[in-house]
Amino acid sequence: MNKTTNVSWFKRFRDSGVILYLILIVLALIYIMPFVTQVATSFKTDADATANPVALVPEIWTTAAYKKLFLNSDFPVWFKNSFIVTIVVTLGRVFFDSLAGYALARIEFRGRNLIFNLLLAVMSVPMVVLLIPKFLIIKSLGIYDSYAGMILPLLIDAAGVFIMKNFFESIPRSVEEQAMIDRAGTFRIFWSIVLPMARPALVTISILSFQGSWNELSHFIVSTQSSSLTTLTKGVASLASGQLSQGNQYPVKLAAAVVMTIPVAVLFFVFQKQIMNSSEGSVKE
Amino acid sequence: MSATQAATPRKGRARKIPRQHIDRRGQEISGWLFCLPMIVILGVFMFVPILMALWVSVSDWTGRGTPFGGNVSFVGAENYTDVLAKPGLAQSDFGTALRNNAWYTLIVVPLQTLLSLALAVMLNRKILKARGFFRTAFYFPSVTSSVAITVLWLFLFNAAGPINAMLKWFGVNGPNWFNDPQGIIHIFLGALGVKNGPAVLTEHSFLGVSAWDWLAGPSVAMFAIILMVIFTTSGTYMLMFIAALQSIGEATEEAAIMDGATPWQRMWKVTVPQLKPTIFTVVTLGIIGTWQVFDQIYTGTQGGPAKTTLTTAYLSYSAAFNSQEWGRGAAISFILFVIIIVMTWIQRWVMKDKKMSRRKRAEYEAMKAEARSMTKSEVMSLGASRSGKHAAAATATATVAGKE
Repeated sequence: MNKTTNVSWFKRFRDSGVILYLILIVLALIYIMPFVTQVATSFKTDADATANPVALVPEIWTTAAYKKLFLNSDFPVWFKNSFIVTIVVTLGRVFFDSLAGYALARIEFRGRNLIFNLLLAVMSVPMVVLLIPKFLIIKSLGIYDSYAGMILPLLIDAAGVFIMKNFFESIPRSVEEQAMIDRAGTFRIFWSIVLPMARPALVTISILSFQGSWNELSHFIVSTQSSSLTTLTKGVASLASGQLSQGNQYPVKLAAAVVMTIPVAVLFFVFQKQIMNSSEGSVKE
Repeated sequence: MSATQAATPRKGRARKIPRQHIDRRGQEISGWLFCLPMIVILGVFMFVPILMALWVSVSDWTGRGTPFGGNVSFVGAENYTDVLAKPGLAQSDFGTALRNNAWYTLIVVPLQTLLSLALAVMLNRKILKARGFFRTAFYFPSVTSSVAITVLWLFLFNAAGPINAMLKWFGVNGPNWFNDPQGIIHIFLGALGVKNGPAVLTEHSFLGVSAWDWLAGPSVAMFAIILMVIFTTSGTYMLMFIAALQSIGEATEEAAIMDGATPWQRMWKVTVPQLKPTIFTVVTLGIIGTWQVFDQIYTGTQGGPAKTTLTTAYLSYSAAFNSQEWGRGAAISFILFVIIIVMTWIQRWVMKDKKMSRRKRAEYEAMKAEARSMTKSEVMSLGASRSGKHAAAATATATVAGKE
């Protein structure tokens, strides 16, 4: 008798979903706590960060780490460089990706299949394999250590072309045909009729490009050298390996990591729905 | 809405004739013009440089001047044999990198696939409050930069950091994570009293690394990086699984519930088989990604301690940019390219649907034929007695035997 009540109690507990919520909450804590710790530690003093690494409330609140970053280091320069590169690359990718995507989806011309197949081949080349090749070509073209060398190679991404092509194929053809009857040029049809319809895909491309170029590291390692062209990723990586500091200086390093996360975090929270729905979000390793 | 959609194809056909003679040549030209920026940029920054790097990989260029100058000479496959065949530091470094990377892939890919699948299945429950919150929490690490996460990880896992402080609560003395070069399998064996490998393993070596060291497992430092990568990638793959789960729908799940399948059976026999294409994609992307790991190593450990976090991609970079062995660096990157291609082939071969054996197929056919020939009452009585079921199975095998 006792046994059966026990079983039914267990069953009810299991079916109520409490276990599911418990697992999810524990997992969510594991995913969130590192970031909470990061922000908390960035407001600590060096000694406090070393003595009480787990505490989520600093003993003495201090913005010393942020002051040091912005007033006594190259951090503002890094931020500016990342910002310039990211904006230009994002604008460039939105335009060139959709231009090529439109041609591959809609315009009938000889060699289209060839171009498309080459694009697929390019997409399968691992980026890391291209580090040395990219350095060689950038050096040969004389654009090493310049904005041109940082920006030009990133101006188009094959995956973005692919996304735009798929999108253009999904909109009905009749709209453009109406314009063709009116003898509008191909570029005018593209620019003033089709592109405005492609807003969702353009937002997706913008988000992916912004995130991708803001977080890009390896390309800037091989294309620049001077400290005036250092981006956030490169600069913070050099902080991590101990430049600028004696001792651990965790608050400064973590503050730098916090600041460099803010732009993508803002973008993420503003366009959350859009990002979550584009299942081909960028894959990061 | 449906009316316009139905009308569209007819309209399209009617307009096809004028469209074709509008500007056939204009279309040709604008097609190429539209693709021109893409062709130029991808051509100049991907295709041409690969050819240049191929030349460098068979040359003795030291990084001074242009690799195409008169003082740079062709050395054949020397850079490749240095790494693959000739005993020495170059070879043992490559072997070490390959070992580290292989362990890294072997652990990261299954764990990140399982974790992201589990997260997606849990979040796909029909009645779940705060789904958006959980999804955001799990996905957020994926959007942040790997440099920022690595900096965070260096803090969390430092010898006196939060992780070790929390381990102390449970009476565990945490390791000095990023400075500990011991392989975790060696540590485990050491705890069992096996300090040195048997001679069979220590005497034989491959690529300059002894078999005993190949089996060391990832070092403690590498293990911290493994945890970090799983933390950052699981969100992306979770979204892929969620999208796939939503497109599957609930019909089969409901049918399985009606048939009395337990949640566990539903998961492994109904949901997972339907997710096979997505699992395939996630594993492929995982393999490609893990063989390319670079940012975390560059930011965090630069290959240390004792070269146990040296990965193939980082070795290729440091050989060229730090040691000025450009030919060797380029050679390693092409070998890495081949590794990635071979790995994805192997994976495709392992995961593809195996053909059913002839005997098994015949058995299925016999069972189907029998089921078709049964009357309704016979079907209804099938479940009634177990012996009846056995008898049916016996006849099925008998027919198969007869056929063969």
